Amino acid sequence: MTDLAAPLPRDSALVAFLRQTRYVIGENPVTGFAFALFLLIVLAVVLGPHIAPYDPLASDTAQALKPPSAHHWFGTDQLGRDLFSRVIVATRLDFFIAVASVALVFLMGGFAGIAAGFYGGWTDRIVGRIADTIMAFPLFVLAMGIVATLGNTVQNIVIATAIVNFPLYARIARAEANVRRDAGFVEAARLFGNADWRILIFQILPNVFPILVVQMSLTMGYAILNAAGLSFIGLGVRPPTPEWGIMVAEGASFMVSGEWWNAFFPGAALMVAVFCFNLLGDGLRDIVDPRRRT
Amino acid sequence: MPTMILKRLLMAIPSLIGVVIVTFLLTRALPGDPAAYFAGPAATPQAIQEVRVKLGLDKPLIVQFGRYVSDLAHGNLGTSLTTGQPVATELKNRLPASAELTLLGLLVSILIAVPLGIFAATKPNSIIDHACRVISTAGVSLPVFFTGLILVYVFYYLLGWAPAPLGRLDVFFVAPPQVTGFYLIDSLIARDGETFLASLKQLVLPALTLGIFSLAPIARMTRASMLSVLSSDFVRTARASGLSGFTVLITYAFRNAVLPVITTLGMVFSFLLGANVLVEKVFAWPGIGSYAVEALLASDFAPVQGFVLTMAVMYVALNLLIDVLYGVIDPRVRLEA
Repeated sequence: MTDLAAPLPRDSALVAFLRQTRYVIGENPVTGFAFALFLLIVLAVVLGPHIAPYDPLASDTAQALKPPSAHHWFGTDQLGRDLFSRVIVATRLDFFIAVASVALVFLMGGFAGIAAGFYGGWTDRIVGRIADTIMAFPLFVLAMGIVATLGNTVQNIVIATAIVNFPLYARIARAEANVRRDAGFVEAARLFGNADWRILIFQILPNVFPILVVQMSLTMGYAILNAAGLSFIGLGVRPPTPEWGIMVAEGASFMVSGEWWNAFFPGAALMVAVFCFNLLGDGLRDIVDPRRRT
Repeated sequence: MPTMILKRLLMAIPSLIGVVIVTFLLTRALPGDPAAYFAGPAATPQAIQEVRVKLGLDKPLIVQFGRYVSDLAHGNLGTSLTTGQPVATELKNRLPASAELTLLGLLVSILIAVPLGIFAATKPNSIIDHACRVISTAGVSLPVFFTGLILVYVFYYLLGWAPAPLGRLDVFFVAPPQVTGFYLIDSLIARDGETFLASLKQLVLPALTLGIFSLAPIARMTRASMLSVLSSDFVRTARASGLSGFTVLITYAFRNAVLPVITTLGMVFSFLLGANVLVEKVFAWPGIGSYAVEALLASDFAPVQGFVLTMAVMYVALNLLIDVLYGVIDPRVRLEA
């Protein structure tokens, strides 16, 4: 060690972020495609009600059950409401449910898992037992039971979806934290007199974070499916509210009489969103954690 | 072998205890006062108090739990408010419909996914390999109720090949005399070919829907595990010894690759049992899933709780069965146990 290398010139945070994003997209064209889809979804979330050509709740019985046309791109439903507007406006609610439940499970599962992996012993046993008990149920069935018990609201759909995903997050966070509990930087932080909670939050969490973020994007798709499934059987969202699952449920009875567009477009929107998150999650995982590539 | 099965049985007990505790908590966490709910909307305070005493809701939680467990041990899952029937009886009557559908769905899924995975592994990066990846990603992205509706539209409305999606049997047919409760098997026992065909027709679309939804994990795992086995030394030796491609692929490689595939069946069953509820709703299937959904919408809680408990117990049992199967297939697992 003769002389220390001059510090590399640091890019501004924005440039670094853009470079990273370009790398992520350039690495795999499918991920790039998924990212473009994701931007489209975000656009619909942010601008939803402003870009919808019609009021999603306004019915016009003279125009009921019309197939897709230049005026109504996705056709109209049994009350003459414009399906294109309803599908777009619904994006916000579906996206919100998924993001909220994933954020909630990130907090619950992430912290429980980190604590279990860091402390071991009883903390580990209790968290492990809770995760095992949740895993003993078929997940959608447990979500149904939770929503039925807590009450039929959107908030409880978020909670149920989060609880059902808890074991996944807790296990990943536990494994990652467990590997690092005796790492040099943790020892160093402890020697400096940091309390356990400071070590957990400032030393362990930043290391576990990227892997949990990948998990979040992988579970987003499942969260949307789960929530839409619950509203399809009539839980959570109430009828006039536009939401993909309930729109498919409303259109289901018209499928046998040939009015396919009623259920098709909300279902297709659902499919595209889930597909997008699954691809995005796979792409992110390849970059953050290349060992698990399949 | 018997010791291994015994050990697995013991390992399932904590899961079962967990399941019973959670379902108990679900019965106690009802919004509002359960006694007021069970007494009905027009009940007087005295009536509510009577119901509370009758249901034991005035006792400490631990006593209530003991009572709940003893009820379960006697096969008592409560009574449905809307039909007035005991929940256990209705679940028992409807279970064969769900089981027949789920098992057939699993069969369809295995029949498609395993060959797909094997072919994809023998020719990595070929068209079949890409098809395998696309189909399995699309399979998990498609909402199961949506797939069902599309199949109904195409095969019932457009092509007219499938019967109307209205239950297990067309109205013109009479259910075969009950032996197993599976219409396919019962109609064969009764030597009634027409009923067999009719119930098979009703089953095809819902079973296909379930199969498409659950094939992704099986196909992916078959492919991955076949890939690693095919690159191993004993497969190379088998090839070098001049064995036919088929023998190497099936007798040598697949038998060794099948273990991880069996492990994923646990996850597949979690998928299937959940998706079953949605598929039953789409096809008006008279199974336990649609029973639970009807009860849910009528705020009738006992059937829902009975349903959740039944599903969870079945799921624990299925996982147990998978573990035992694992030991049957792989002698090494038996030695470890």
